[in-house]
Amino acid sequence: MGTMTIAKGINNGLRAAMERDPKVVLMGEDIGKLGGVFRVTDGLQKDFGEERVIDTPLAEAGIVGTAIGMALRGYRPVVEIQFDGFIYPAFDHIVSQVAKMRARSLGKVKLPMVIRIPVGGGIGAVEHHSESNEAYFAHTAGLKVVCCSNAEDAYWMIQQAIESDDPVLFYEPKRRYWDKGEVDEASAPRPLLAAQVCRAGTDATLLAYGPMVKTCLQAAEAAAAEGKELEVIDLRTLSPLDLDTIAASVEKTGRAVVVHEASTFLGMGAEIAAELQQRCFYHLEAPVLRVGGYNLPYPPSKLEEEFLPDLDRVLDAVDRSLAF
Amino acid sequence: MSDNAVASSGAATTSPAEDEVLAELTAPVPEVGDGGPEMVQLLTPEGQRVENTEYDEYVKDLTDEDLRGFYRDLVLIRRVDAEATALQRQGELGIWASLLGQEAAQVGSGRAMRPQDYAFPTYREHGVAWCRGVNPLNLLGLFRGVNHGGWDPNEKNFHLYTIVIGAQTLHATGYAMGIQRDGAVGTGDPDRDSAVIAYFGDGASAQGDVNEAFVYAAVNNAPVVFFCQNNQWAISEPNERQTRIPLYQRARGFGFPGVRVDGNDVLAVYAVATQALNAARSGQGPTFVEAYTYRMGAHTTSDDPTKYRVSAEVEVWKHRDPIERLKAYLVHEKMADHDFFEALDREADELAVAVREGCLSMPDPTPDSMFDHIYVEPHPVVEAERREFAAYHAGFEGEGSH
Ligand SMILES: Cc1ncc(C[n+]2csc(CCOP(=O)(O)OP(=O)(O)O)c2C)c(N)n1
Repeated sequence: MGTMTIAKGINNGLRAAMERDPKVVLMGEDIGKLGGVFRVTDGLQKDFGEERVIDTPLAEAGIVGTAIGMALRGYRPVVEIQFDGFIYPAFDHIVSQVAKMRARSLGKVKLPMVIRIPVGGGIGAVEHHSESNEAYFAHTAGLKVVCCSNAEDAYWMIQQAIESDDPVLFYEPKRRYWDKGEVDEASAPRPLLAAQVCRAGTDATLLAYGPMVKTCLQAAEAAAAEGKELEVIDLRTLSPLDLDTIAASVEKTGRAVVVHEASTFLGMGAEIAAELQQRCFYHLEAPVLRVGGYNLPYPPSKLEEEFLPDLDRVLDAVDRSLAF
Repeated sequence: MSDNAVASSGAATTSPAEDEVLAELTAPVPEVGDGGPEMVQLLTPEGQRVENTEYDEYVKDLTDEDLRGFYRDLVLIRRVDAEATALQRQGELGIWASLLGQEAAQVGSGRAMRPQDYAFPTYREHGVAWCRGVNPLNLLGLFRGVNHGGWDPNEKNFHLYTIVIGAQTLHATGYAMGIQRDGAVGTGDPDRDSAVIAYFGDGASAQGDVNEAFVYAAVNNAPVVFFCQNNQWAISEPNERQTRIPLYQRARGFGFPGVRVDGNDVLAVYAVATQALNAARSGQGPTFVEAYTYRMGAHTTSDDPTKYRVSAEVEVWKHRDPIERLKAYLVHEKMADHDFFEALDREADELAVAVREGCLSMPDPTPDSMFDHIYVEPHPVVEAERREFAAYHAGFEGEGSH
């Protein structure tokens, strides 16, 4: 048991996975001596050597493409993409190759690789450093997509993702990297592909993942002061979605608000809203609402507070839901 | 054009012995700080003019006034850069990518361009922007977070900064293919013939996009100069994590010439860039120029170079400072006097003040401006969200908190 940041949770999780399995290798730009631009791999090259913590050339298609080859050879590559906006040069490899290899080989090969992507905005960065692109990958069959939101999950989920024999896109909420939380390294972790109710409530359900979980917990806190009990669910897994947990909560509360940073058009919220109206039509007291980024390119950082969902916008949506 | 750099790395006339081949393959890349014998240099680090039969002709017509102009460019852009770094430290810019140490590579190449040429920069080309006449304040907007660039690239033929590494090399190549199709190559009219110059770093040379740009430029004989500022580092990764042969030699494999030039020697860069741009404009196709230089500061203000490089290396490069080098030459040749340097210092101070004031008075964008300029034609989703946004904010009016 210890308190650590999300970044440290991932670092410790990577270390544990590397100690356990010599086939686990890390690849990425600046992940060696520098420890990555967010220092998530700090100290790992020093302890595991350059053969296992590989500073790659500055080429994302190369990072993912060669990781595919290493996985085919029996390694378990964990690649770091420096920022969300730099995944696109590797997009083709991920959606055309990584996602389809298993099916193409009729199950003869597996690609146990993890692609780590710091995600989202709110850090005052320049363009291409604040994007939420999880829906592209959740949309692609053959991939698993997960997102951690706290230190405990950071520590466990990265290890579970590495242990998975399927390729996993592992999103890390970059503006929460330095948030601290308790990590129990001895207890058994919850399953990788399960949502978690992180605050119980009866009036409405807030559904979020990654950076927005904290925002939703704060919103629930504020709502409680006004006598409204909101249930908050951390989705944790985006593909596959844990619809049983989600539907159970919404059947209880009758109302759902999905919150994410990505633009709402064809985003995770759209899928969840569609599923909920199919599964829980008779339990719903209000339409499922979405709060997300606007359907715009991520704006310059002086405007990101206007662009990103905040406490007020979440509470406003809750009010609209309750007003039905 | 004749290209000694390519010739020197070309195939031997008699077949080499196996151990010679192996020795070549395993030969270490040049030490940092050693550009190797092929590197074009016209001014030594001490400011001594050295002869170069191939490149002297490109600088022979430069007047004292031109050389003082180069010096002025170097000093002023370094001052803009220093002021921007200070502004970042004071919280006025979110981040800044300093050009410290790379001034000569940028000014030498920037001054070799003609008005109708077009530059495609990465995010550190403040010196090139300066030479193109772009107001330095324009460059600050991206780093202050008020816009994503915002200037009109066609006003000065200086494209927007590109953050995604290497992407602009393809844009530059395509633009050059357009120039070809417009018949603005090889006409002999100095005001019509045009070329494109694409800037990128040594790290970028690893990107697929950059290698694809080389292929496209080569097979199309496009009028583009690939100008790589090899500042030795891609954030924390040294050259040998990106390449095992000197970068300029790569060009040969793509079918066009590559030249390595001392990137801290503004005269040599001017000469090499002029030659390459001339070749492009006259229809001889692409050239790869590797400006061998050094990033004196951090990658950006968010970076901590002490984690990955030794300060002794920085000390070595301090002796190759591009500004001191030209100053020594100007003084030695009596092309500039005390009054000139004094007046320039004053001009630099004034420019710094203007940059500071301009930055501090830069207005924040209005919130609803984020809905502007997304599409050329009206878009119902954007317009609906713009209205929702306005209505939502109107709801807070009078509450005082917003
Ligand atoms: C596609 C992409 N991947 C990663 C990054 C993050 N990044 C920004 S600058 C940089 C290093 C660039 O090095 P180099 O090309 O040598 O240019 P320099 O900054 O040294 O001028 C990296 C990895 C990026 N901007 N784009």
